[in-house]
Amino acid sequence: MDDGETEVTLTVNGINVTRRVEPRMLLSDFLRHELGLTGTHVGCEHGVCGACTVTLDGRSARSCLTLAVMADGMEVETIEGQGTPENLSRIQKAFHDHHGLQCGFCTPGMIMAIADLLKHHALETDEQIREGLSGNICRCTGYVNIIKAVRELAKERGPLT
Amino acid sequence: MTKPDYSDVTMRPKLVGKRIKRTEDLRLLTGTGEYVDDMQAPGMLHVAIRRSDQPHAKIVSIDATDAFEVPGIVAVFDMSDFEGECEPAVPTSRMKDYYATPTWPLARGKVRYVGEPVVAVVAESRYAAEDALEHIRIEYEALPFAIRQVDAVKDDAPLLHEEAGTNVIIKREFVRADVDEVFRTAAHTVGGTFRMTRKCASPMENRSYMAQWDKRRRSLTLYTSSNIPGVVRDVLSGCLGLSSHQLRVVAPDVGGSFGGKGSLYGEEMLVCLLARKLQRPVKYVADRLEDIAAMSQAFDELIEAELAFDDEGHFLGLRADVIGDVGAFSIYPWTAALETVQVISFLPGPYKIDAYRGRIRGVLTPKPPTGPYRGVGRPSSTLAMERLVDMAARRIGMDPAEIRRRNLVRDEDFPYRTAPGIIWDRSAFRDCLEGACNALDYPRLLKRRDRMRAEGRWVGIGIASYAELTGIGSRISVAPGMPINTGTETANISIDSTGVVTAAFGVASHGQGLETTLAQIVADELGCSMGDIVVLHGDSSLVPMSSGTYASRSAVLGGGAAALTSRTLKAKVLAMAAILMDADAADLDIHEGLVTSRTSNQSMTLREVATAVYNQMGRIPRDQRVDLTAQQTYDPYLGTACSSTHLCMLEVDPGTYGVKILNYVVSEDCGRIINPMIVDGQVHGAVAQGIGAALLEEVIHNDEGQSVAASLADYLLPVATDIPDIEIVHIEAELPNNVGGFRGMGEGGTIGTPASIANALTDALSHLDIGVDMLPATPERLFQLVRTARTSERATI
Repeated sequence: MDDGETEVTLTVNGINVTRRVEPRMLLSDFLRHELGLTGTHVGCEHGVCGACTVTLDGRSARSCLTLAVMADGMEVETIEGQGTPENLSRIQKAFHDHHGLQCGFCTPGMIMAIADLLKHHALETDEQIREGLSGNICRCTGYVNIIKAVRELAKERGPLT
Repeated sequence: MTKPDYSDVTMRPKLVGKRIKRTEDLRLLTGTGEYVDDMQAPGMLHVAIRRSDQPHAKIVSIDATDAFEVPGIVAVFDMSDFEGECEPAVPTSRMKDYYATPTWPLARGKVRYVGEPVVAVVAESRYAAEDALEHIRIEYEALPFAIRQVDAVKDDAPLLHEEAGTNVIIKREFVRADVDEVFRTAAHTVGGTFRMTRKCASPMENRSYMAQWDKRRRSLTLYTSSNIPGVVRDVLSGCLGLSSHQLRVVAPDVGGSFGGKGSLYGEEMLVCLLARKLQRPVKYVADRLEDIAAMSQAFDELIEAELAFDDEGHFLGLRADVIGDVGAFSIYPWTAALETVQVISFLPGPYKIDAYRGRIRGVLTPKPPTGPYRGVGRPSSTLAMERLVDMAARRIGMDPAEIRRRNLVRDEDFPYRTAPGIIWDRSAFRDCLEGACNALDYPRLLKRRDRMRAEGRWVGIGIASYAELTGIGSRISVAPGMPINTGTETANISIDSTGVVTAAFGVASHGQGLETTLAQIVADELGCSMGDIVVLHGDSSLVPMSSGTYASRSAVLGGGAAALTSRTLKAKVLAMAAILMDADAADLDIHEGLVTSRTSNQSMTLREVATAVYNQMGRIPRDQRVDLTAQQTYDPYLGTACSSTHLCMLEVDPGTYGVKILNYVVSEDCGRIINPMIVDGQVHGAVAQGIGAALLEEVIHNDEGQSVAASLADYLLPVATDIPDIEIVHIEAELPNNVGGFRGMGEGGTIGTPASIANALTDALSHLDIGVDMLPATPERLFQLVRTARTSERATI
């Protein structure tokens, strides 16, 4: 049957998922509407604000600029794969401790971007931390407390090996 | 370890004043929050909106025939389809010479700005709805327009609302003493033209609405990303002809507002009409382009102002003529006077100035309406006043901190009535100035600046002092004579049969952390533990009258209502406990959910008291039994003065004209602090927005009436590399006659920042004799200022 749809198979937060989707369907819409993972937010649809950030095979990506079919065969991690209200992930806990969020809308994307930063970026100076965070816009916090949280996480992690 | 002795009430640890981590964090951190776009309902339809691409035009015809070819399309509506089904929202006012433009769900007959909603497409998916949009043909007949306020204000300018008979829909003047005479005789005067261009509030979540029609109860529920659900309920029930019990307005998790979501929007009306008409749930979520194009915008006044002063730097008189560009509509409920009139009401700032004349004209132009944006009016008025103050200091060779010290209202002058009639009372005006200067060691900072300058660097220091009125009570309206009361707030607190405390409010937290701070107050005042409290807010059905969270009011009014209601409820709990414990209520107290007696070893948990009241018949005599519920309303009447001084040092790159902020300190008095962590967060965020307004953010409409900014790549919001570390000094001045002693503080940062940066930039460019009077000071604007200065320098040599 040619309904114009394409089959896509990917891993989302460790779970295998197969769906038929329109080729134009954005990964953000796929996660939010097909899978009900509404923790990934859409703020600008242009890849500018970073609210929709997820990781694809461990590297941060804009799910609003990625088609679901492009993620075929990949491992997608979303905020739902981080931690739960009862058991926050380390990054989530650092945000909680340092008041790194207010309205919470940019937070999932920010956390997913930081998950990548902690794995792949030096983050030894505030300059590097600010640079690393500059792809994610937060309108509430002025970044001050987010930087504090990342400072703590980077210190805990130590230098990249 | 010995247990602390809390028998003395004053020794007990209080939650108010502590850095309590936020209870709302857990859901928001884990993606389990629920914003409107996260909501699903069976059979839900999606709306996409075709917006005007014309600034001012008559709608000749709309042809949607081809749109129906798109798979998934359900219906297409224009305003003619809703005739007789709704009344417009009219932002009335008692102001003289005011015209209240009606707000309809879609354009009616003509369009008045690029981005105005014209046609609604309803489809099974958002993708289908957007596909269909492109197949709608709208024929317009272009009408003349004046896009700039200086043109729109002229007598022969084309009219945007013919019914008004003029584009000038607001006129207001405040006068005290013979200001012209003061200017004639004053030793010195300075003056200039000051301007903050248009901004977009730009919360990260775009506006999102979902309406559901309940056939069984013939009622509507609107889920909206609004910070004023109560106001929306009140006005929409009238517009839609529903009694208020047929309309519930709920603001679930809301992804920021900063004022942008604090007015009624036609799209809110639209989804309600569609849900009722189609008898299916209907969702509309704006995309970023739509919110940049059609969310209420900020500022945009042209301020001509002058200050008269004597040889010692004492201010003698101030006069200003302001033209506010209010856009195409007067916004509901605030009216176009909200932003504009506040510019002249707050222009004299925290200073003692006897003679004043401030005039404003608010003029219609084909742009989105201006509305509330964090700081409202005062970022503009503070820019003008603080620039004048610095110009005066420079004129007589006085230090900018010293001239402020000489003119700030002194403690002995409180309550001080400003010329426009605002009463400043007991706020730490001067302590804030000293606090900022001490924090950065002002004398050393000046030396550091001078050393850097000696190296040829463009470094400058800027100060801005201001005062704001927060937590406004019923005595004053946030805009003169507008259609709603914003001066009261109600709390309804009940203890159920299991001892759980439910505290319901009319406020609508959207990032402020009110679920935490209000619970802190209730816990302290009622004597229960935080964990036993559920705070409900953002729902029009919770309390009889509510408006929402805006205007730095929720800590003052919501907090005050929480305290008053908790005290009443505590008296009931103790009265019931006294019966149960056979004690005198005066001998009992309750702390962390445990009622204890000062005269015996007896104690009871709150749960035991509640169970006895509700479930254990006979333990309390019938005629003495009362429900453990209370509801009270708090009205701070005048409101509270909040003051602050910002001090910063920055550097301009002579190659790129980029600005780097080297130091930033905010010294502020917001009274008693409920949660220092949250207060600091509010200051950081507001300063960041102030930095955006000062250096980056600008909505530009070109001569054709088109907005040049179409995405966040054009409308630049500050990112982490733009914001410095922000130092904060808190001065908690005591506030008499105020429940709780709280002052509002959510907006302040945006008020002082643009002015302090403008003053610092002017200082940094002082060798070129440049005044930075228009913001944002983008690299382009700074380059032009420097180029003009150098050209005229050469010309005079």
